[in-house]
Amino acid sequence: MTWVLDNLDLIAALTLEHLRQCLLPILLGFVLAIPLGWVAFRFRLTRGLVLTVTGLLYTIPSLALFAILPTVLGIRFLSEANLVIALTIYAVAIMARSISDALGSVDPAVRQAATAVGYGPWRRFWTVEFPLAGPVILAGLRVAAVSTIALATVGILIGVENLGYLFTNGLQRRIIPEVFAGVIAVMLVALVIDALLVLAGRLLMPWAPRRTAGRRRRLALRLGEAA
Amino acid sequence: MFTARNKGRLALGAVVVGAALALSGCASGDPLDSGGTDTGSGSSDTIVIGSQAYYSNEIIAEIYAQALENAGYTVERNFNIGQRDAYLPSLEDGTIDLFPEYTGNLLQYYEPDTTATTSDDVYAALKDALPDGLTVLDQSPATDQDSYNVTKAFADQYGLTSLDDLASVDVPLILGGAPELEERPYGPTGLKSLYGVDVQFQATGDTTVEDLVAGTVNIANVYSADPRIQTEDLVTLDDPKGLFLASNVVPLVNADIADEIADIINAVSAKLTPAGLIALNVRSTVDQKSTDAIATQWLNGQGLI
Amino acid sequence: MNLFADAIAWIFAPERLEGSVSLPLAIGQHLAYTFVSVVVAALVAVPLGWAIGHTGRGREVAVAVSGAARAVPSFGLLVLLVLIFGVLHKPEAAVVSFVLLAIPSILAGAYSGFEAIDRRVIDAGRAMGMTEWQILWRIEVPLGLPLLIGGLRSATLQVVATVTIAAYINLGGVGYFIIQGVPLRDFTQILGGALVVVALALVLDGLFAVLQHLVVPRGVSAGRTPDVRATPTRRRAVVEPATE
Repeated sequence: MTWVLDNLDLIAALTLEHLRQCLLPILLGFVLAIPLGWVAFRFRLTRGLVLTVTGLLYTIPSLALFAILPTVLGIRFLSEANLVIALTIYAVAIMARSISDALGSVDPAVRQAATAVGYGPWRRFWTVEFPLAGPVILAGLRVAAVSTIALATVGILIGVENLGYLFTNGLQRRIIPEVFAGVIAVMLVALVIDALLVLAGRLLMPWAPRRTAGRRRRLALRLGEAA
Repeated sequence: MFTARNKGRLALGAVVVGAALALSGCASGDPLDSGGTDTGSGSSDTIVIGSQAYYSNEIIAEIYAQALENAGYTVERNFNIGQRDAYLPSLEDGTIDLFPEYTGNLLQYYEPDTTATTSDDVYAALKDALPDGLTVLDQSPATDQDSYNVTKAFADQYGLTSLDDLASVDVPLILGGAPELEERPYGPTGLKSLYGVDVQFQATGDTTVEDLVAGTVNIANVYSADPRIQTEDLVTLDDPKGLFLASNVVPLVNADIADEIADIINAVSAKLTPAGLIALNVRSTVDQKSTDAIATQWLNGQGLI
Repeated sequence: MNLFADAIAWIFAPERLEGSVSLPLAIGQHLAYTFVSVVVAALVAVPLGWAIGHTGRGREVAVAVSGAARAVPSFGLLVLLVLIFGVLHKPEAAVVSFVLLAIPSILAGAYSGFEAIDRRVIDAGRAMGMTEWQILWRIEVPLGLPLLIGGLRSATLQVVATVTIAAYINLGGVGYFIIQGVPLRDFTQILGGALVVVALALVLDGLFAVLQHLVVPRGVSAGRTPDVRATPTRRRAVVEPATE
């Protein structure tokens, strides 16, 4: 405990660094997943392809992905770019699927109604389908955000400093509170970001019923099964 | 970004069908070698100091930083950048100006086949081996080098004081150390060729000392400035045939500012003794003090600030 | 020179059979840690998940715990437990952290498998005079199996990934080659190790995919619309935490 109190500024600095490294993959993953998720939802042919490929990407262990990315992209192995790109890939893999599910959850009758009153595909997507899919998309975004934040700690193994530093440094110095503080700090960051996402969801989607996280997951699950 | 992702997917597909060869042309060069990092921003009046992701190295870097700040310089700290592959490019391209290094290990990085082993030879060879634009200031008497250690009980039982004595031990010898030790010239191969000793290797990494004390291994590669050599009552075996390179603490510095900061940093290096370095490490691992506090206290104690 | 070609040559080089950790040994260690951890986790999580699914009690707690578990950095948990257990019990510490990581997915797979069953099917069973025990074993367990396997599948993949990282605390496994390769600046070895890990993960994932199809009772699969969206990969998404 004394260690934690003596090193609050170090923990704070690492936390900020950690957040900075995670925000880009989460945002980028979200943005890239929208077209992918749409393509997966819209066309039967591409659905299998997109969902299989993202599923397989998701299967690759992070340490292995860190080694494959430099080979393919020509970036450096020990670099922040490597971490950020890897995290983005995982985020896309999670969200492409959830966006496809979410679009599938929109009542087809609503879609037809929008078309009937003269909405073009672009306008219909952004003003009708996307907002209505919002709650399920948000559920996917929350999963992606929390996973990204936890996963980023592995970056210390490729020389990228963030909260993962407390794990390796704590192991070197045999300071259990340091490692413990790292685990707690990561969880707190994840939970705070998760709470912010829920809040943002309520502000942006005031019409959505205020379900608990559990119910929303169950809904997502049912939708998955019913499809 | 989109192209990058597409390439990634392509790569995966290739792996899946086992046709990775189809990717020829995608990959260019060794990802461990090329490029520089974008960390830090070196302007002329700010001195950027880096450190390894090793607590002891970080303390020395902090001492440099505070000594320079005391002399009126603006310092930017870019600590814990991990391994040499990660930070040396940044030093070479000038993003980082000053970095605490170790003569032997750094020489081995640039010249894996070097034959120098004594402190002075290594220092001289290192000066020649460094790329243009980088130089080293005076080396410190403090060393932090690889060494082979056994427990006191094991040493007493077999009468061990030097690596030469290992040949007479009649139990299987298991050497523990960082995973890469297995492939290092001073690892199992070096022990065999120089001292005629056969050892099995077991990677023990950050828990090497614990493994030695617990008996999972009976010889351990421990850095000579590790306080636990004393606190755990270990015996460091002498190395009469020069298996290990001497590795003194040395400031690696951008040639452009070397002369300017030489007096300040050389004064620090001169005061940093082998025992002093161990004491600093004790402050970190046993007393669990912050790097900042350890550095200030040491500089005050030495009359440097 | 092509890095992938070098890496593949590295994998099949005769030297892979030598050294302190040979490649087959590393793969064996990797699979052994994964298998033991997932089995132990299943012994804990499956009965618990079935109990939750059957009674509907404790569900909110299970959801909250699984949600929080996703936020746990597995690398940190591993290091923490190794420090707490001590060096002599490193394998135990590792298995405990792998088990803790695997439990949420399996738990979620077990209870959501029950929840996904149409209530009318269970009511029909009850109307036919089935006991609770018979409802559990003859209706809920078989019908819940695909989602349970899905949970086991994501748990397995997560453990495979974390065992890779566990090489950092010198537990062996295929990650050893990656961790050792970094300070040696041997990128061929790093990539070779990475490809083996990927192959391992993909093979296990494929086995589970096949298993997931096999466990769908024949009568059920016949009535299901052959929509690609109902493929197991997709079901997995709902209950799985991130790979690490």
